[in-house]
Order: sequence, then structure tokens, then C-alpha cells
Amino acid sequence: MAWFKKTRKPIKGDAARSVPEGLWVKCPGCKQVIYNKDLAANLQVCPKCAHHFRLSAAERLRSLFDEGAWVEHDADLRSNDPLTFADTKAYKDRLAATQKATGLKDAIIVGSGQLDGLPIVIAAMEYAFIGGSMGVVMGEKLTRAAERALAERCPLIIVSCSGGARMMEGALSLMQMAKVSAALSRLDKACLPFISLLTDPTTGGVTASFAMLGDLNIAEPKALIGFAGPRVIEQTIRQKLPDGFQRSEFLLERGMIDLVVDRRQLKSTLAQSLRFMGAAPAPAPPEASAAAEQPAP
Amino acid sequence: MAADTLEFEEPITLLQKEMAAVASLPSTPERLRSIASLEARIQELRADIYKHLTPWQRVSVARHPNRPTVLDYVDRLFTEFVEIHGDRRFADDHAMVTGFARYHGEPVLIVGHHKGGGDTKQKIFRNFGYAKPEGYRKAMRAMELAQKFGRAILAFVDTPAAFPGIESEERGIAEAIAVNLRDMAALTVPVIVIVHGEGGSGGALGIAVGDRILMHENAVYSVIPPEGCAAILWRSSERKVEAADALKLTAPDLLKLGVVDEIVPEPIGGAHIDHAAAAALLDGPLRAALSASSAHDADTRLELRYRKFRQMGSVGIA
Repeated sequence: MAWFKKTRKPIKGDAARSVPEGLWVKCPGCKQVIYNKDLAANLQVCPKCAHHFRLSAAERLRSLFDEGAWVEHDADLRSNDPLTFADTKAYKDRLAATQKATGLKDAIIVGSGQLDGLPIVIAAMEYAFIGGSMGVVMGEKLTRAAERALAERCPLIIVSCSGGARMMEGALSLMQMAKVSAALSRLDKACLPFISLLTDPTTGGVTASFAMLGDLNIAEPKALIGFAGPRVIEQTIRQKLPDGFQRSEFLLERGMIDLVVDRRQLKSTLAQSLRFMGAAPAPAPPEASAAAEQPAP
Repeated sequence: MAADTLEFEEPITLLQKEMAAVASLPSTPERLRSIASLEARIQELRADIYKHLTPWQRVSVARHPNRPTVLDYVDRLFTEFVEIHGDRRFADDHAMVTGFARYHGEPVLIVGHHKGGGDTKQKIFRNFGYAKPEGYRKAMRAMELAQKFGRAILAFVDTPAAFPGIESEERGIAEAIAVNLRDMAALTVPVIVIVHGEGGSGGALGIAVGDRILMHENAVYSVIPPEGCAAILWRSSERKVEAADALKLTAPDLLKLGVVDEIVPEPIGGAHIDHAAAAALLDGPLRAALSASSAHDADTRLELRYRKFRQMGSVGIA
């Protein structure tokens, strides 16, 4: 090996962007030290510079559903490692370790509940689970989420936070792009609202399918959003990319995103949008006698 | 020729050189016999090598510069081809070919990536088969034309990937592919997909949603190129051979996983050694797939296509 050859550093967990344990957090945006509880009370947005820390899937759903409550669907679906894939580590072991660390079976949570009184299905991705990558489980859960929204005639929101298709499930991961998009085409035909919320990061096969298919594509500020990774593009064009390339504001300027919304205004913006698109509150609860026959929510 | 010889075909090249050397000498009955036997050994060796290709070797066959392009198939299987151009929004992408023709007398629409074949000027003109957003939009516009006039669509897939560059991102490559995935699922006319070369992830899938997916014996179809996968997971693109193995990107693997429906045989030694034979071998499966899909009414076809993609990946869920 040549002495000048650059050794590649292993890909590190993106520690700077998620919130570390402990009492105090240093904001990567303004370098100020923030009290952790203040951050939590502010939806993980820096009170000083509005830097958006990454949310976990559960935190995301808590921030959107009324009373932070939802009914989870298909929580038990998990991958059976269809390719028996192994790189430097067996995929099976990687899955098991990640499942243990996150308490999730895969990189997504799907729930139904209400957003500002509107019945809705929301799917949120978990970046801590193999980079939020989309394999067969995510594809299946998203398809079922779209089918559920169709059956219940309610809107669907998908919150993307993903590096793209999961390599360890090969072409099966790729096919999930077509599968979810086909399900969304049915939602589209039925005139049911679908909002895609793009958060940091949304790249690869997730962007090139459902994340760009929203009736509205809404992004959080300064999120990395793109198809090819910045490094791949730099290799193609052999020059540094301009500042802000593939960030939310860049996509907004280029006409790919409908609006960029601060997380603290997100829920109200979503509610307004959904009402514009015809979403209606659930019918008023029936009288006491009828209510007794209803299953518990 | 030498530049196009694949590494694992070296033993064949040696024999070919030997044969050429004998042939250059004055002809004698003995030499003719020796040429004939060398010829037979070459055939045998080639058959043997191609029967036992590793996944990585298949990747190199799929990327062979002389591999037939969509237009090579058009020349041999179609008549009255009229190429149409442009996405009516921005530009005409030469990496994506669209046009209509007759296939066994029936009018059909053809869309397909084009890598440029063996000629350097053509390769540059075609951007090596890396289509940009305007390419996917051009394909979709052509498919909508077919939809409007009730013509079947044949999609020829052969691309390393969608073009990864600044202009691609600026003009919304992700959106262009995404819209194709959604709208191809809703086309009511028959759509047959032929993955005949390199099925490079989203760039391939962007024209590959159909009723029946045919895949050539030595084609590959993958979520990421083996080099890219190796660079990320093994931290060294040198491990591409292992990555090609692990990704299960060959036609037999994908048939087993339910990603493709049928394998199209190639001439011994790969489609690149005999374009006419390759086209002849595609004709039967293509015609059968098209007539099977055409036999359904539009609603059934839509429902079956939905179910086809709906089941993708079920094999991987516990």
C-alpha cells in the first residue's frame, strides 16, 4: 500500500446529532451548552439556535399524536435474513444486537391515533436501527400502513429518517420502493391525503420512492435530503460540493419540497394541511349505551 | 478484441491464439485436423466456463462493452421503429431510448437505457447509460403515450445507476424515479420488463415496474453495485467479489427470491458474442410474456401487477 493512501475511518455513529445521555448537551449548531431537560421540553430543538436534534421513532410519534398516544401495528414483524448475508459480521448478529439495543424489531414504528383530533396513520423511522435502512420489514409495514389508511379512509404520514435501502437484503430491499409506491398510488387514487415528512437524513431509495410522493413533501430545517450520497457525487464530479447542497433549503429553492417547517410548528402545520386536504375529525362519540359496545381505543 | 476479453476467459484466448498460429501456416490435412480439434476444445471450454460463472464473473459479463443494447434488440426483433425524444420539460436524455415499433406485427412502445455499446464516442453520447431526471421523465411521458393509445410497453433495463451528480439532484432525480414507480404501477396497458444487462438499483427500477420481469441468464440486478457495497460494509472496494456473492444479484438467485419471473437463456459465451442468437433466444419468452399479459382485461392486469409487487419481500419476513 502506498504511504500516502488514505486509510478509511470506520463509519462512526453520528454522535453529534443525536442527544447524548447526561445532564448537559453541547449544541453542534451554536456550540452552547444546553440543559437536557430544556431540550426535551423543546422537542429536541436547541432553544438558542433552533438546531434540530434527531428524534427517535417513538419520540417522533409522541410529538405528533394527541396526548402522545397511539395504537401500534405490526410491531412483531422481523427480518429472517433472506439472503443469509454476511460482511465483516453476519447480518443475523447485527440484527440481533440492534434489536437488543433499540428494543425494536426493525427500523420503523407504525401507529394509528389522532393528530389534532383527526384520525390518522403515522409511520416513523428509527435511525438508530441500522441507519433507518429500508428492508423487507419496513416495506411491508409501510405498505400495510397505506392499506390501513385506505381501509379506514384516513390520511397517512410517513416520517422518513433513513440512509436508504438496506444492502443486507439485496434486491428485496430495492423492490420495497416499488411495493410501497404502488400502495401509495392506490391512496392517491382514493384522494386520501399522504404527507411525506423528510427529516435528517433522507437519502437513497427512500427518497427515490415514497418520500418524494407526498401530496405535500415537508422537510425539517437543514435536513440532508438527496438521492446519491454526497461522497458518491464528489467522486463523480471530482470536486467539493457547495455548502448547503442537498439540504432542505436547497431542495426548497429547487422546487422539490413544498415547505420547510420548524419542528415546534410542525404539528399545527400538519393539522392545517390535513384539514385543507379534507381530513375530518372522528364522528362524535356515541351515547353512553352505544359507547359500551365499542371496543376500547 | 483483446481489450474486451474478460479475465476468466483467458484460457479461451490462449487456445484462440494457438489456433490462429496454426491457421497462419500453410494448410495441410494434419493442420486442418488440429484446427478442428482446437475449435472443438474452445467450444467445450467456453461452455464449461460459462456454466460455472461466479456472481462477480456474471457482473463482468453483464457489463461487457459488446453486450447487446436495447437498439441491438430493436434491430433484430422489431420493425418500423420510430424513436421519439425528450421529456418536454428540460432535455432529451440520450441514456434513455424511447420509441414505438411493431413486434410480430403488434404496435408496442419501447423504453430502455442505453450505455453506448463498445464505441467510446457513443458511450460519452449516452453518458454510459447513467440517466438523469429528464431520462426518467422522458420514459414516463412515452409510457403515458402508450397508455393513451392502448399499446403495450416493453422496458429494456441496462444501467449502472441513475446519474449521481449535482444536476441530477437539482432537477429531482429522486422525484423522477419515485413518480415512475407510482405511475407505472397504475398503467392499464401490459408492461413487460427485460433486465438484459446491468440492473443498477433505483436507476433500473425507475423503468422496471411491470406485469412480468424477464432477466437474462448473465444479467445482474442489485440494490447497490458490488464495489459500493464492499466499500461501505467491508471498507474496501477490493472486496467486490465477496460483495457480489453476498448480494444475491444473479438471475437464478433472484428467481428464487421472487424478484424476477423468468430467466432468458443466452448463447454459450454470453449475449455479447452473438447478438443475433441472443435476440432469437429472447423472442420466445418475450412473446409469451406479452401475450399472457395481453390476455387479461385492464382491471385484472392492474390487480395482478399490484399483487406481484405486494408479495415482494414476504420471503424475508419472519
